[in-house]
Amino acid sequence: MGAEFVQFSLTPILIGVLAAIACALPGNFLILRRQALVGDAISHVVLPGIVVAFLLTGSVTAWPMLLGAGAAALVAVVLIEAVQRLGRVEPGAAMGVVFTTLFAAGVLLLERSDTSSVHLDVEHALMGSLESLVWFRATGWGSLIDPAAWDSLPPELPRMALVCAVLAALTAVFWRWLRIATFDEGFARAMGIPVRAVGLGLVGAAAVAAVAAFDAVGSILVIAMFICPPAAARLMTDRLGVQVAWSVGFAVLSAVLGFVLAGYGPLWLGGQDAVSAAGMIAVTGGVILGLACRFGPARVGSVPRP
Amino acid sequence: MSGRTATPDLALVQPGGAAADDALARGAALAVRGLTVSYGAAPAVFSVDASFPSAAMSAIIGPNGAGKSTLLKAALGVIPRLSGTVQVAGVPLDRARDRIAYVPQRASVDWDFPATVRDVVQMGFYRRLGLFGRLTGADRARTVACLDRVGMADFADRQIGQLSGGQQQRVFLARALAQEAELYLLDEPFAGVDAATERAIIDVLRGLRDDGRAVVAVHHDLATVRDYFDHVFLMNTRAIAEGPVARAFTAAALEAAYGGRLGATHLAGLAG
Amino acid sequence: MADGWGPRILRVWRADPVGAFWQALTLGAGYNAALVTLGAAALGFAAGSGGSFLVLRGRALVSDAMAHATLPGVALAFMVMVAMGGDGRWLPGLLLGSALSALVGLWVVGWIARATRLPEDAAIGAVLGSFFGLGVVLLTVIQTMGQGRAAGLEGFLLGSTAGMLRQDALIIAVGGALVVAAVWALRRPMTLVAFDPGFAAATGWNVGRIDMAVMAIVTAVAVIGLKIVGLVLTVALLVIPAVTARFWTDRSGRLVWIAGGLGALSGYVGAALSASAPDLPTGPIIVLVAAGLFTVSLLAAPARGVLAAAARHHRYQAQVHRRQGLLALARGDAIAERYTLRLMVRAGFARPDGVATEAGRGAAARLLRDEQRRAVARDMFRAGPPADDGLMPVERLFTPDQLRAIDARLAPRAVP
Repeated sequence: MGAEFVQFSLTPILIGVLAAIACALPGNFLILRRQALVGDAISHVVLPGIVVAFLLTGSVTAWPMLLGAGAAALVAVVLIEAVQRLGRVEPGAAMGVVFTTLFAAGVLLLERSDTSSVHLDVEHALMGSLESLVWFRATGWGSLIDPAAWDSLPPELPRMALVCAVLAALTAVFWRWLRIATFDEGFARAMGIPVRAVGLGLVGAAAVAAVAAFDAVGSILVIAMFICPPAAARLMTDRLGVQVAWSVGFAVLSAVLGFVLAGYGPLWLGGQDAVSAAGMIAVTGGVILGLACRFGPARVGSVPRP
Repeated sequence: MSGRTATPDLALVQPGGAAADDALARGAALAVRGLTVSYGAAPAVFSVDASFPSAAMSAIIGPNGAGKSTLLKAALGVIPRLSGTVQVAGVPLDRARDRIAYVPQRASVDWDFPATVRDVVQMGFYRRLGLFGRLTGADRARTVACLDRVGMADFADRQIGQLSGGQQQRVFLARALAQEAELYLLDEPFAGVDAATERAIIDVLRGLRDDGRAVVAVHHDLATVRDYFDHVFLMNTRAIAEGPVARAFTAAALEAAYGGRLGATHLAGLAG
Repeated sequence: MADGWGPRILRVWRADPVGAFWQALTLGAGYNAALVTLGAAALGFAAGSGGSFLVLRGRALVSDAMAHATLPGVALAFMVMVAMGGDGRWLPGLLLGSALSALVGLWVVGWIARATRLPEDAAIGAVLGSFFGLGVVLLTVIQTMGQGRAAGLEGFLLGSTAGMLRQDALIIAVGGALVVAAVWALRRPMTLVAFDPGFAAATGWNVGRIDMAVMAIVTAVAVIGLKIVGLVLTVALLVIPAVTARFWTDRSGRLVWIAGGLGALSGYVGAALSASAPDLPTGPIIVLVAAGLFTVSLLAAPARGVLAAAARHHRYQAQVHRRQGLLALARGDAIAERYTLRLMVRAGFARPDGVATEAGRGAAARLLRDEQRRAVARDMFRAGPPADDGLMPVERLFTPDQLRAIDARLAPRAVP
C-alpha cells in the first residue's frame, strides 16, 4: 500500500470523492424540491453538448467540452421548462421528452461524424474511466510534497477540486435562500426573494457538478451520486444542515468503498481483473441508501402521504 | 368609500368618483387597482379594485373558486398579474416588501421538510438578515417571544411534520409576527384548524389591529365574519362589494356573490 | 453475420440514399429489415398506447428506472447462459433476464416509496443509477471472461439492429404484435383507471391489478425495445407519443389510439431510415422522428399548441389593458401601467402624456355605458346572466329587446 497505491489509486479515489460530493450537495435540494430527476436529465444531455463542442472546435481538450456540456445542460433545462409551461405537460413527462431527444441527437451526431477514432464514445460517456486517472510520476507518499511530480497529476483532479469548492461555497452563501425557496416558495416570493433565480441557479450548479464529474466518472455515477447520498441522508435526520452533512459523508463513503471494492473485490473473490469503479461506486451508493431505507432513524415521516 | 354593492345605483362607476377613491386608496394599507389574473382561458380575477384600511381586520369573502386566494397572491406578486397595480400604504409593492407579512395556506408547503418549528419562525427574519446577516441573541429571544404569542414556545425544537394542523397554522402565524410588519396578509388562516387554535389566532390578530396594523384575511366561514372582521371585500372573480361589515355585508351583496348557493333564510340570518 | 443486412445496405446507400430509404420504407430492403421495421412499428404502437396510460397516471419516468434496470438482468442472463455452456447471446434468454431485473427495479421503486418518506422521483433516480451501475460492473466482469463474447451486449444500451439474426427479428415482430394485442384487450379497464381510478374501483375493477397490467405492458415494451431503441431511450418511446397525442385531443379513448399511431409511425419511419444507411443508429433515429412529431404538435396544434395559445393570451391581455385604460380615462384617473398607455396611444385613444383624445373620450363613454348596462343586467338576470368574459360588447350578450329593457332601467339614472 505504498508507492503503488499513491500512483494508481490515490488520485482516482480523490477524484471520485470530490465528484460524489459535488453532486451530492445540490442533490439535497433537488430531492427536497421533487426535482430529483433533473440530475438524471442533465447527465443525459451532457453527451450531445460534448459532441457539439467537438464538432465546432475540432478539439478534444477539456474546456470546450466542459463549456459545450454546460451549454447543453442549460438548453435542456430551458427546454424542459418551456415544454412544461407552454405545452402544459407534467414535469416528469416533459423531462422524459427533452432529455431523450437531446441524447438521441447526441448519439446520432456522434455516429455520423468521424469522432469514433478519438476519445469520444457513448460507453465512455456512460461509464467513465475513473481507473485511468492515475498519477504517473508518483513514486510514493513523498510525491505529495514534490512539485515536480505534481505536473503529472491528472488535470481532472484540480478541476474537480475547484468545482467542489465552488459548489460548497455557493451552498453556504445561498443557504437561507435555498432553504426558504425550497420549503415555502410563496412566502419567499412575497418576501421579494428571487425564487426563480434560486431555482435556476440550483439547476445550474447541478449542471456544473454533472459536467465536471461526468468528465471524470461518466454519467451513471453522476445520476447515482445526485440521488443516493442525499436520499439516504434524508432518512437519517430531520434537520436540513445535518442532512447535508450526512450526504457528504455518504458520498465520501460510497466513493472510497466503491473504488476499493471495484479494485480489490474481484481479487478477494479469486478473480484477476478489476471491475468498473464508477459502476461499483454507484452500486455502493445504492446499497447505502437501501440500508438507510431499512434502518435510518428518520426513514418514516409523520406527514401522511397524499 | 361607501359600501358598493351589486344594486345598480351603488355599483355604478361614476366618473370623478374614482378620483376620490384614489385619495382613499393612498391612505389605505393595501390598495389594488385594475387587477386581472388569468391562467389561460377564463380569468380567475377580473379587473378588481380593492382597498383595505389600516388598524382594521378585513376579510376577503366569496364562494369557492371566486379567486380570493388568487387575489391575495397576485397582490403580493406571488403569482403574475395580467394587469393591475398594487400599493402598500401609498407605496408601490416592490418598495414596501419590508412592511408586509404573509401567511400562506397551510397546505401549500410540504410539512415533511427537514426543519424544526424554530427554523421556520426564523425564516421571518431572512429578508432583514439578507444572506450574510448574523442571527443575534435578540433575534433568538424574539423567536421564542413570537412562538409564545401563539402558545407554541414549548414546541420550538419539534420537527414540523409532527405538528397538528392547528399547530402548523400557529407556527406560520409566529413566522409572520417575526416579520414585524404593518400589513398582515393571511390566506385561509382558519381552514381546518381546531377551535382552540382559531381563538388563539383571532386573539393575536386582534392584538395586531389594536396596535394599528392592518390585517387582511381570505376567509370562508360566513358565520364568523361579523364577529371577527371590521371590513369586508366580497368577490366572485369580480369585485362585488366592499366596506365596513355593517354596510357591505348585506343579503343583496351575498346573493350577488354566491348566486343561488345560499338559501334565503341562511342569507337573512347572516346579514342580520 | 452472413445473415446480416448491413453491408448490402451500405452499397445501396452509397449509390442512392433516397432510393434506399424508399426501398426500406416500402419494406423492400430485405426480409430482416422488413421484419425489424414492422416490429418497430408494432413496438411503437404498443409503447405509445401503453405509455399514455403511464403518462396519464403521472408515472412517466418509472419506465426510465425500469429500462435502466434491465442491464444487470441482461448481463446476469449472459453469464448464466455461458456458465451453462451456452452461447450467451441467445436473445430469448437475455430478454427473460432483462424482464426479471426490470421487475425487481420496479419493485424496489415501489418499496422505497411505500416504506420510507422519500418521494417516488427520488426512488426512481436511485434505482436507475444503482441498477445501471450494477449492470456496468457486470459488463466489465463479462469483458474479463475473455473470448470477446460480450460483444453485442453494449448494443442494448442504444439499440442496434445491424447484423441482427432472422430469429431475433422474428422475436421482435411477434413480441410487438403480442403487446399490441394485450393493449387492445385491456383498453377499456386501463382507460378507465387512468382517467378516474375512483370510479373504476366503484364499478368493480381491481385498480391494483390493472395498474400491474399497465406495468407489465411497459415491461414488455422495455424488453422488446432493448434490441431496437436500447435501454437509455426506451422511456422516449413510452413518453413522447403519449405527450404528443395530448395536443390533438381531450378525449381519453382517442388519446390512447392517437399515441399508438404516433408511436407506430415513429417506429416505422425511424427503423426504415435506419435500415437505409449504415451509420444511422436505430434507437436515436426512432426517438428523433417521435421528437419531430412532438415539436410540430407543440407549436402548431390548433387548440393546445403554443402558437395558438400565445396569440390567444396576447389578444386577451391587450383587451384587458384596453378596457382598463378606457376605464381610467372615463374616471379621469392617470393611466397606471406603461403597457396600457402604449395600447391607448396606438389605438388613438390617448396622447403619449396620457390625456384622452376625442376618440378616447367617446370610447370611454361607450365602455362606461356598457359597464352600467352590465351592472343593470346582473341585477335583472340574477337567475342566469349569460356567460360574460367582461370584454365582449354588451350588444353581443343580449337580444335587442333585452337590451332595450336594460336601457330603459338605466335611463332614469343615466349619468348627467
